Amino acid sequence: MIEQVIPLVVATLVAGTPLVYAGLGELVTERAGVLNMGVEGMMVIGAIAAFAVTQATGNVWLAVLAAMVAAMALSVLFAVLAISFRANQVAVGLALTIFGTSLGSYLGKPYVGMALVVEPSALMQAAARLPLLGPILGQLHPLVWLSWLLFAAVWYFLYRTRRGLVLRAVGESPTSAHAIGYPVQRIRYFATLFGGAMAGVAGAYVSVLYTGLWTEGLIAGRGWIAVALVVFATWRPGRCFAGAYLFGGATMAQLFAQSAGIGLPSELMSALPYIATIVVLVLISRNATVMRLSVPASLGKPFSARA
Amino acid sequence: MVWLSPVIALTLTALMAMIVFAAAGLNPLSSLATFILAPVADLYGVAELLIKAAPLVLIGIGLSVGYRAGVWNIGGEGQLILGVIFGGYIALHFGTDGGVWVLPAMVIAAAMGGMLWAAVPALLRTRFNASEILVSLMMNYIAQLWLSWLVFGAWRDPAGFNFPQSQPLAPGALFPILIEGTRANASIIFALLAVILGWVLMNRSFVGFQLRVTGLSEGAARYAGFSTHRAVWIGMLAGGATAGIAGVGEIAGPLGQIFPTASPGYGYAAIIVAFLGRLNPVGILFSGLLMALIYLSGDLAQMSLGMPSAITGLLQSLLLFFLLTADVFIQYRLRYTAPARATEGAAA
Amino acid sequence: MTGSTHPRPPDRLELRGIRKAYPAVLANDDIELRVAPGEIHAVVGENGAGKSTLMKIIYGMVQPDAGEMLWNGREVTIASPADAQRLGVGMVFQHFALFDTFTVAENIALAMQDEPAIDALSKRIVEVAARYGLPVDPGRHIYTMSVGERQRVEIIRALLQNPGLLILDEPTSVLTPQAVETLFVTLRQLAVEGCSILYISHKLGEIQTLCDRATFLRGGRVTGTCNPRQESVAAMARMMIGADLPGYRNRDHAAVDCIRLEVLDLSLPTSDPFGTALSDISMTVHGGEILGIAGVSGNGQQELLAVLSGERTLGPRDAIRLDGSGIADLDPGRRRARGLCSVPEDRLGRGSVPVLSLADNALLTANRDGAVTSGMIRFDRVAAFARQCIAAFDVRCPGPDALAGSLSGGNLQKFIIGREILQNPGVLIVAQPTWGVDVGAAVVIRQALLDLRDRGAAIVVISEELDELFEIADRIAVIAGGRLTPGKPTRLTNRDEIGIAMSGGTLTVDVTKEHRHSAAL
Repeated sequence: MIEQVIPLVVATLVAGTPLVYAGLGELVTERAGVLNMGVEGMMVIGAIAAFAVTQATGNVWLAVLAAMVAAMALSVLFAVLAISFRANQVAVGLALTIFGTSLGSYLGKPYVGMALVVEPSALMQAAARLPLLGPILGQLHPLVWLSWLLFAAVWYFLYRTRRGLVLRAVGESPTSAHAIGYPVQRIRYFATLFGGAMAGVAGAYVSVLYTGLWTEGLIAGRGWIAVALVVFATWRPGRCFAGAYLFGGATMAQLFAQSAGIGLPSELMSALPYIATIVVLVLISRNATVMRLSVPASLGKPFSARA
Repeated sequence: MVWLSPVIALTLTALMAMIVFAAAGLNPLSSLATFILAPVADLYGVAELLIKAAPLVLIGIGLSVGYRAGVWNIGGEGQLILGVIFGGYIALHFGTDGGVWVLPAMVIAAAMGGMLWAAVPALLRTRFNASEILVSLMMNYIAQLWLSWLVFGAWRDPAGFNFPQSQPLAPGALFPILIEGTRANASIIFALLAVILGWVLMNRSFVGFQLRVTGLSEGAARYAGFSTHRAVWIGMLAGGATAGIAGVGEIAGPLGQIFPTASPGYGYAAIIVAFLGRLNPVGILFSGLLMALIYLSGDLAQMSLGMPSAITGLLQSLLLFFLLTADVFIQYRLRYTAPARATEGAAA
Repeated sequence: MTGSTHPRPPDRLELRGIRKAYPAVLANDDIELRVAPGEIHAVVGENGAGKSTLMKIIYGMVQPDAGEMLWNGREVTIASPADAQRLGVGMVFQHFALFDTFTVAENIALAMQDEPAIDALSKRIVEVAARYGLPVDPGRHIYTMSVGERQRVEIIRALLQNPGLLILDEPTSVLTPQAVETLFVTLRQLAVEGCSILYISHKLGEIQTLCDRATFLRGGRVTGTCNPRQESVAAMARMMIGADLPGYRNRDHAAVDCIRLEVLDLSLPTSDPFGTALSDISMTVHGGEILGIAGVSGNGQQELLAVLSGERTLGPRDAIRLDGSGIADLDPGRRRARGLCSVPEDRLGRGSVPVLSLADNALLTANRDGAVTSGMIRFDRVAAFARQCIAAFDVRCPGPDALAGSLSGGNLQKFIIGREILQNPGVLIVAQPTWGVDVGAAVVIRQALLDLRDRGAAIVVISEELDELFEIADRIAVIAGGRLTPGKPTRLTNRDEIGIAMSGGTLTVDVTKEHRHSAAL
């Protein structure tokens, strides 16, 4: 019994991890009032950067760093256009996704079909020997453990620190925040760059640790699901964290179905995360009161101190 | 002034293309010339340009109606695939023994299919306030999987050596060729029709005015009594119908049969077409031709210059990015150098 | 406090030659201002006179192009609001700088330089609140509070920083007359304790009651200073607007006709946590009368306007009757076709689309009578209508092609109200007709409403400005907490009585009799 459950738990955690990173990153960005719909594009860029670095050096951590830098570079582009120059955030985010996806597949051409072999690290081997959780932890890359730490850090930052309060205040009312002396644009830049960096990590995780194989369309809408996840989470880190694994589970539906002996077309199984996203969006969005109280009031609206 | 940013964006994209050529060890200038001119050097090439531009213009017009109304339909790709599925169903089941009505039925079914797929985000947006951006995008993935399921399963050609493809469409289910000796077919007429209808709708009709007001200011639209729900429906369905027709145009035109990859990303490229054409039907006509040229050039670059085909998407997306950037900078200059409504600013 | 021959301490704040230019307008030109310690000093001017810019300069939100600022005799540069707070400048904003979904304590914590713990801060809040008679609960969320309560939070936030100078920007626009008096008590107490107060306002009566000195601004320049207690309102008005206060034609004429608009027991729950539910609203408006609806902002005015204009439709169509037939289920377009027009409070982005031309903005509501034939727009007719509106209502602009957003507030408001009046409405609903417009435009607008009334229309004016309602309304009703009192003839009531009703008080018994009486007319 346990032997059957453990692979499912591990698979769910593995599939959910990129969504934890990308979702929490986007959540922080949106909490500052910035709607960056370019997560998908940033993830693709992070994925290819990490894949290339791993291919060249074999060092996963270096690859993650490269992914963060590359995806952050895209988020800077977004920030300049959408924050400094007040372009329509939806349009810029969309352009970022189209651009990131195209650039990723251009840069990724030489790697198509290549596979990476990432050795389990010493840390994982040590974790595997732990009692009780060992069989699960031992199969999870430390990047998965770090995602739990990230969740705790984001939660603590938003709800227990002054800077977190300020960030939420900026998302709630940039005019008020400006009026009492906070640098709204600078805070929004930081939030956007953080979101970019986390999307990079998410992309790196998918290409290096999750698939370990470069194909076009590798990210497969995970960036968009992350954006939807933030809505589903009503902008709260706890729900975002839990939701990521819910979607992770949906991605692994095929595995579940197989272990339960249900034979459904694989295409239908693959469509489940997308269908789940729509269902979940509807369930949350239909409650106007919840949305109104949850959504950062300035989300997607450009701010200017000069008006 | 409106056309300044597309020109800037085009220039910058050409520069980027030259940099890419130089990086690949090619002569940038002559490569660029090849890139632009070679695909349309003969009548066959021009016809290829037209059949690539037709779906882009068609979908671009449909999407622009939505974008003008502030409805972010990015599900063009899925709506196109539904056109393939619905149109394809008619073609596969009635194509061989059907009469003259097969083609019109295919087109109507395809439009219905696209509209059906667009109706989902429209309904969820108007009924439950769910983001049409996310829903329409998710629908793309679902449509793609549906088509794969069909072509890998029920629709697979038994005589096709197990390749994922349908039987070739019957001659009666193919669009008539307009120019002898080329592949230019009737889908071009649909595109031109869409340009004219789009222009009348958005520039002359009261409904178009209502859509524009809704897109510019939802508050003003509500006050005036222009239904925002109706704007969502019109915006979404316009995109769905045009994308559906574009989809059937692919299988009943250049492809001649149904593949899982029936669309080379036209649904996404049309987003760029719509913006590059400034959401203006005539502008979209030109931007559609331009984007089609980049498709042809990309194929050519792959064959004769040895570049990866992904250069097409890269240049197209760069074009969009440069366009947005140019727009933003021009607006920014206008806002802060031209006299603004400063009395309000001082009073506020 | 003023002009003595003894050597006196340096002024708390002194401005010398302050100048600030925006691309199209000189907002402040050579401004001189001196505020003594413990002085309550009014800065008086019309909308657009440059008051707000000046305050933003003092508070560090805007940097002046030229001029000097002295604080307690020392020259200072205030580069940011944080700088201003460090010096001891506190600010109470007209549009509150609060965060709706945060608690009072969190809001105040955000403004404190010393990053206090929420619990300790809450204690200090309660202390200060008790000392100045400003009760608030530190744990409450802002969105659950009334506008008056929100203002208290702003004031406490400023006071917790021990300001040497407190700036209040039009603080009474959100208060009932009684609450104004309470506020004045607090301000006088502060002044006695040595805090200087800069009081920004255009309400001359209040300035006479409260202030020690007044500086007048017009067109960005200082046009005079005085001791308001020694000047007449008329003299101060001349300093403020540069002319005598204009009067109105046919102000008191009211030939009451049959009932044109009738609302019966209308209730509307709200799904918006920031909104107000309407309960048991009833009203009747006759042809040839103006019904004024007074109330503190956020008491259901927006919801009432939405229900009357048709932006919010209702199931039972007879809840609202226009000339005898039910219209509650009709959208704004259909109501307009039947002769009910409306003007929203928000000029830009509701009453007009800023980036569209005046002609297009005319088409926004004036889209019948041949402007649209078989679904197509008749651009020539639309432009002609816009030209007519521009001429008839003295809209100063280059022509029908001018963008709505390029007009001043007053001119745009004249255009919007003109657009509705030219459609010959039988009933006109107007919200805040003269909010933020200059006196000249306000006179044109109010006169236009009076003229429309005299042509037999029924008019409902929803306004937070009591003076305005007493000037033009024939009857006044009060909306408070989503409930509407019966209307009472203006000449039989007064500001105090209306004020009590605005805070949800009771005057209904007396008024109901009066209402029956007037309805029987």
